[in-house]
Amino acid sequence: MRSKRTGWFLLSPTLIILGVMGLLPFFYVLYVGFFNWVMFATDQARFVFAGINNYRQLVFDTEFLGALARTIHFSLLTVSIELVLGFLLANTLVKDFPLKGFFRTVHSLPLMVAPIAVGVIWRLLLIPGLGLLPHYFQNWFGIDLNIGKYADQAFFATVVMDIWHWTPFVTLVMLAGLSSMPREPVEQAMVDGASRWQIIRHLTIPMMMPLILTVIFIRLMDALRIVDEVLMLTGGGPGVATRFAGVHLSIAVFAKTDYGYGSAMSMLMLYFTIVLCWALYTVLTQLRRQQQR
Amino acid sequence: MNRQPLRRILRHAPTYLLWVGLTLATLFPIYWLFVISARTRVEIFAGPKLLQTSIFWENYTRPMDAVFMRHLTNSIIVASCNAILVAILAILATYALSRYDLVGKDNIFFWTITNRMAPPAAFLLPLFLLFTSVFKVGDWSLYDTRIGLILLYCLFNLPFAIWLMKGIMDDIPVELDEACFVDGGTTFTVLTRIIVPLMAPGIAVTAILGWVFAWNEYLFASVLTAFQAGTVTKAMQQFITVTGTNWGQLAAVAVVALLPAAVFVAAVQRYIVTGLTFGAVKQ
Repeated sequence: MRSKRTGWFLLSPTLIILGVMGLLPFFYVLYVGFFNWVMFATDQARFVFAGINNYRQLVFDTEFLGALARTIHFSLLTVSIELVLGFLLANTLVKDFPLKGFFRTVHSLPLMVAPIAVGVIWRLLLIPGLGLLPHYFQNWFGIDLNIGKYADQAFFATVVMDIWHWTPFVTLVMLAGLSSMPREPVEQAMVDGASRWQIIRHLTIPMMMPLILTVIFIRLMDALRIVDEVLMLTGGGPGVATRFAGVHLSIAVFAKTDYGYGSAMSMLMLYFTIVLCWALYTVLTQLRRQQQR
Repeated sequence: MNRQPLRRILRHAPTYLLWVGLTLATLFPIYWLFVISARTRVEIFAGPKLLQTSIFWENYTRPMDAVFMRHLTNSIIVASCNAILVAILAILATYALSRYDLVGKDNIFFWTITNRMAPPAAFLLPLFLLFTSVFKVGDWSLYDTRIGLILLYCLFNLPFAIWLMKGIMDDIPVELDEACFVDGGTTFTVLTRIIVPLMAPGIAVTAILGWVFAWNEYLFASVLTAFQAGTVTKAMQQFITVTGTNWGQLAAVAVVALLPAAVFVAAVQRYIVTGLTFGAVKQ
């Protein structure tokens, strides 16, 4: 009944599509990463084998390393805030109250906005002279809000934008987890007189741990490769304040047409992301195994 | 008589306070997008005013030509086909990964998600070459076709779908499959009679989120399509030009791109909540 051939047959469309669209380009990028590719050079100098020179250069490239560090900073910051916020919000949504469905629907609205449109929306809010926020910050608090001028503000703006965009996702996943959690342990604890905080701390969080790790996994993976909305909002500026790895890569490939170097860069980024996520995944599988026992 | 509802409202007061505040914070940026989309160029640069009473329809009517309508149709077709394709392929793949003893299946499972991790910028060139010169029959190539985008969007949607469904699939007892096999069922009947009905919420969420991700994709569409298969997100980029951005029209197009997704998702809200567990919470 369960022949392996059937199994491979069922898996084959997925493997073929991902193989053609993912693996082939991967090998191409890996290959080009070992070359110096200058688009506007003479024929002999256009595509020259460079060995591991690109990678050697990358390791000492302060611009790239800075972008990488900035991405990690950004990702850890946004993902942790979104996680806490989403978890708390999901907890308020477990019990029924009138208009709950309305609030939930509105809350999940940003999730449906295209990243590039998110960039447009926040840009419209934040551009001095056109946006509302700089105007009000000036009038109410006397703060000069200008994301084209101050590095900290630009970075903070991308963080706020990402939280606005992705907290709903965390909330929805957490809510799904909370609603499918068994009721009895919680009710038992309430009978025993446990406080709400104790229940969350000793029951909800341990039971939700695999789901929490899954959310971290997915959010981290997507946050590390953020491009569209940041390019739209700040273009990576001012200076390099919001030049995240993905943005840096886009500039290297599209604006500078430095394709060999860009390929090496993306290989290193991919490698880094995979290692990070693999570590998370290992923890996750072990936790699940423990819980099943 | 009157005190009962009052007390109920008071009990929920902190929750309401929180959610009203949150709703305002969520809606405010979108509201501002609407406001900008209703203003003339002069109004936009006259300084930020919170309220808007008149609507400058030209922002909407000017960009909505035949080309834009085609982009809108393309987006709907690509997102819908991709969501359906992804859901079907993910059911088959997760069933294989969950039930069959395949060599290296744990590694295959992890490999699928690495496809979503790749930074897209550098992968555009090989994909462009693939679309223009490898998949090419005579005059026809995958470049600038809807089918190309539908297949390509599997790259980020399929791994997500597999990851979402795998945990849910693992929770379905194998005994149910066995019982169906004993009754003379084939793999196909097991899938259609047992797996699909039991996983319906998970499948719904997969399809919905897949649809949204496909609808919202920008970078691939901007490079791999041109006149024929362009999507709504691609249409947005034409308002940012070297001579300045036409903010009013850009905002109007963003509103038009946002509305279908918002309406669609509001309609299917409850499936999202029940299906998004990743099978990670043990009953």
